[in-house]
This record gives sequence, structure tokens and C-alpha cells, in this order.
Amino acid sequence: MVTLIKRIFKSGWLSFSRDGGLAAATCLIMLIPILLITSLFLLKDVGQFLISTIQEKADISVYFKEGAPEEDILKVKEEVSEIPEVKSVKYVSKEEALESFVQRHKDDPVLMESLEEVGGNPFLAALNIRSFEASQYQAVANFFETGIFENLIEKIDYYQRKSVIDRIFALTSGMGKTGISLSIVLAIVAILVAFNTIRLAILNQKEEIKIQRLVGASNWFIRGPFLVQGAISGIFATIICLLIFTLICWFLSPKIEILFSGLNIWKYFTSNFFTIILLQLVTGIGLGVISSTIAIRKYLKV
Amino acid sequence: MISFQAVTKIFPPNILALENVSFEIKPKEFVSIAGKSGAGKTTLLRILLAEEKPTKGRIFFDGQDLSKIEPARLPQLRRKIGAVFQDYKLLPSKTAYENIAYVMEVIGATEEEIARDVTQVLEIVGLEGRAKNFPAELSAGERQRAAIARALIHRPDVILADEPTGNLDPYNALDIIRLLLKIHELGTTVILATHNKEIINSLGKRVITLEEGRVIRDEEKGRFVF
Repeated sequence: MVTLIKRIFKSGWLSFSRDGGLAAATCLIMLIPILLITSLFLLKDVGQFLISTIQEKADISVYFKEGAPEEDILKVKEEVSEIPEVKSVKYVSKEEALESFVQRHKDDPVLMESLEEVGGNPFLAALNIRSFEASQYQAVANFFETGIFENLIEKIDYYQRKSVIDRIFALTSGMGKTGISLSIVLAIVAILVAFNTIRLAILNQKEEIKIQRLVGASNWFIRGPFLVQGAISGIFATIICLLIFTLICWFLSPKIEILFSGLNIWKYFTSNFFTIILLQLVTGIGLGVISSTIAIRKYLKV
Repeated sequence: MISFQAVTKIFPPNILALENVSFEIKPKEFVSIAGKSGAGKTTLLRILLAEEKPTKGRIFFDGQDLSKIEPARLPQLRRKIGAVFQDYKLLPSKTAYENIAYVMEVIGATEEEIARDVTQVLEIVGLEGRAKNFPAELSAGERQRAAIARALIHRPDVILADEPTGNLDPYNALDIIRLLLKIHELGTTVILATHNKEIINSLGKRVITLEEGRVIRDEEKGRFVF
């Protein structure tokens, strides 16, 4: 058995190394699905990052009446936090709101002068509330409108933002769905291309398979080297793909970080290096071996 | 050893390749199958290699009914047979040595046995200097000698030679026939299909003559007669 396996591997390697042109073509074609799947893996994270960054921008603010006691507001905060739809609640006191405004607009003399003219602190204490989904904001708004805290509340800044919030969530959920559909279509196309290339390569060796059958080789003795060849093509394609992605991530990471702060592709790539290798190997070897198995099946019936 | 019992083979749509063919071949016999092109010689050998199944009738090889053989048992059957073809059927991506060694690998011989026997058989067929050459680098005669070496390396019970001299000049053809006779002398059954009159007449062995798929003559020490 060990001898048989050794012979199958040796024969597979010999066929691969002797048929350089065909082997190179197979590797390059198999590179496409591996590149695609690796891209999807990386883009999934980038997409998630972008989606969550955009979603972070959506929230509603509940402003409390002038003079509303802080302990009451904190009590409201506590109760709101317990609503299952609520993702986070942030309390912004009058002072913090003023400070934040000043910090943001300190370079704008017109605004600063206006603030001075108004005098004192015109800002209201507020709770900034984020929910998990856009549809849940209405429920949160209802909670304040119908709840016992109605007399504490000055206004709920939801209806003004509603259309923007809905659009953001529709856009991000659309991005996710489109991305998944597009990925599935592309992956199927790439797999079919790779499968057909391997099929053509094996078709080329149809006569050889027939001869092997006629001299008494068992199906596994014939099939084995083809599977090994498919696996070797997958491994080479993985190595090439890994090199391409290492270079891309290394060079593009600083540029991407300028565009989207907090998004470090190189860090993500290196921290998931072994997952990516595994993903690529599984794709490459799997595709090579499965395509060879299917393609060779009909020639083994001599 | 081999028994054809009323074998008929019809290829679709309605081509009659063999009709009611019956004969027996004993162990260690040398039998020539003679006949014009299209007489059914190749079909007969293909049925014996279980490449084709008969439409009617039965074929026994060492007591095994080839008309009912299961695909899984084909490798075992073919390991008992050494086949030589007019177009050599060598594996183009393997060297002469590897082509011959392949059959030994198939039967599970050890590396030492392979190295010893392949070298020996290459000497017998006179190809010791061409071991590392690929089929495309060999002459027609050398290719056929490599094919014979491959057919006899695992000491099969029977050697089937289908027009082995068809693509060869008279000198190389004679070499091949001498090799087949030598293999026969060493105790192997040989079935030679040919339409070469000189070869059949020079052998002085049993001749089964086919015409339009039927056996028209079966003679010990036969001659090529049409």
C-alpha cells in the first residue's frame, strides 16, 4: 500500500513536471478562483468595516428639558439600556455638549461669536441612542413619547433624521446582499473555468488512460497520479496567489488607511495569514482533486 | 486455456464483425489469426482483452467467462495478458524504461525486481541503450520492441499481438517475429493477428483464417490461403 501511494505520488509529480506548458496553464487558471476567494475573504472584512462605520453614524438623540435633574436622566438612561433593541446609550450633559461644540467649531469665529451673544449654555442634556437596526428606532422613539418620562423630554431628534437613517440602512444592507450574490456568481464562474481547463487537460490524455487500462492498471493506479497533479497545481496556484496578496496588502495598506482610518489591511492579512493559507489550499487542492475526479471518471470505463 | 463458443459481435447500427466464431487454444500454443483487413481479427483480440463484449456467445479464459466479467475484475484479467498493438500504444510521457516498468508497478513488484527485470528485458529486445528515450525519440522498430518488452515483462500467460509488424519494414518485421517465437519457446501462449502472407507461411504453426467475421479455415501448420 505504501509503495502504491509512493508510486502514485511519484508518477503524479513526473507528469506535472514533464508537461510544463499544460501544468503552468492549469496553475494560472486555478489561480483565478483562489484569487477571487481570497479577495472575498478580505473584502468581507473591509465591507463589514465600512458598513459598521456608516451605521455608526446613525443614531437618535433625545433632548431633555432645561433643568431636568441629572439623576432622572440617568434613570431614563438605565431604563432605555434595558430595551433589547437598543445597542448603546450615551449620556451627554449640558456641559459636555457645550465643550464638544466649542472643540468642533473653535476655528469658526462666526459661530463662536454667536455663542457668546446667546450667553450661558444654550445646549440641552441629551441621550444618544443607537439601535441594532433602522426599523427599531421607531420603537425607541415610541418608548419616549408614550412613556412616563414624557414631561422630562424637550424633543426627540428622530423624525428629522428618519429618512437619512432609513437610507443608510437600506444602502448598507443592499451592499451586503449585492456583494454576496456577486461573489457567488463570480465564484461559480471561476470554478467552472478551472474545472473545464482540467477536463481539457485530461481529455488530452484520454488515449494514455486507455493504454493504462489495457495493461491492467487498476482505476486507483490511473486516477491517483491525476489527482496528485491536480493537487500540485492547486498548491502552486496557492503559492502564487499568496505572493500576489502579500505584495498587494503590503503596498496598498498605508494608502487604504488614509482613505478609511482604522482600516489596516496588512494587519488583517498578517493576523489571518494561516486562515488565508488554509482557505487557499482547500480551494486549490479541492478544486484540482474534485475536477480531476469528475473529469477522469468517464475515461475509466474501457 | 482459451475457448470461443459461437461468438458473434455486431457493432451498431448493423455491422457484423464476427459471426458464430468457435475455436479453442491450448496452453503454450502459437496461433496465427489470418485474414484480410476487416475480416474481424482485431475485434477477436479486443474481445479477448475484454475491451468489447460479444453480442452473442461466450469466451472462456482460464475458466473465466469474459462475456460476463465485471469491470472491477478487468485489471486482474489483463495482467495475465501481454498485448502488442500495430500502433504500439506506448505511454508518450514515459521513457522506454518507464513504459516497461509501469506494468511491473501495476502488479505491485518491488523496486529491486523492477530494476532487475526491466534491464534484463531491455537487453532481450535490444533496447538497453534506449532506456531513457521517450517513444517519440525511438524508431518504429524500436517502439515495437519496447511494446513487446512491456508485454512480456510480467510473464503473462498469453501474448496477443495485433498486426505487430504492420508499420515496420521487412527487417524490423522479421526481428519482431523472431522475438515472438523466442517468447513462445520460453513457454508463453502467443496469438498473432496478421495479414502478412510471408510471415504466416514462414512460421509453420497453427493458422485460423477469418473471412467476413467467420472462421473459414483452422489448420495445424497452416498457410496463408485466399
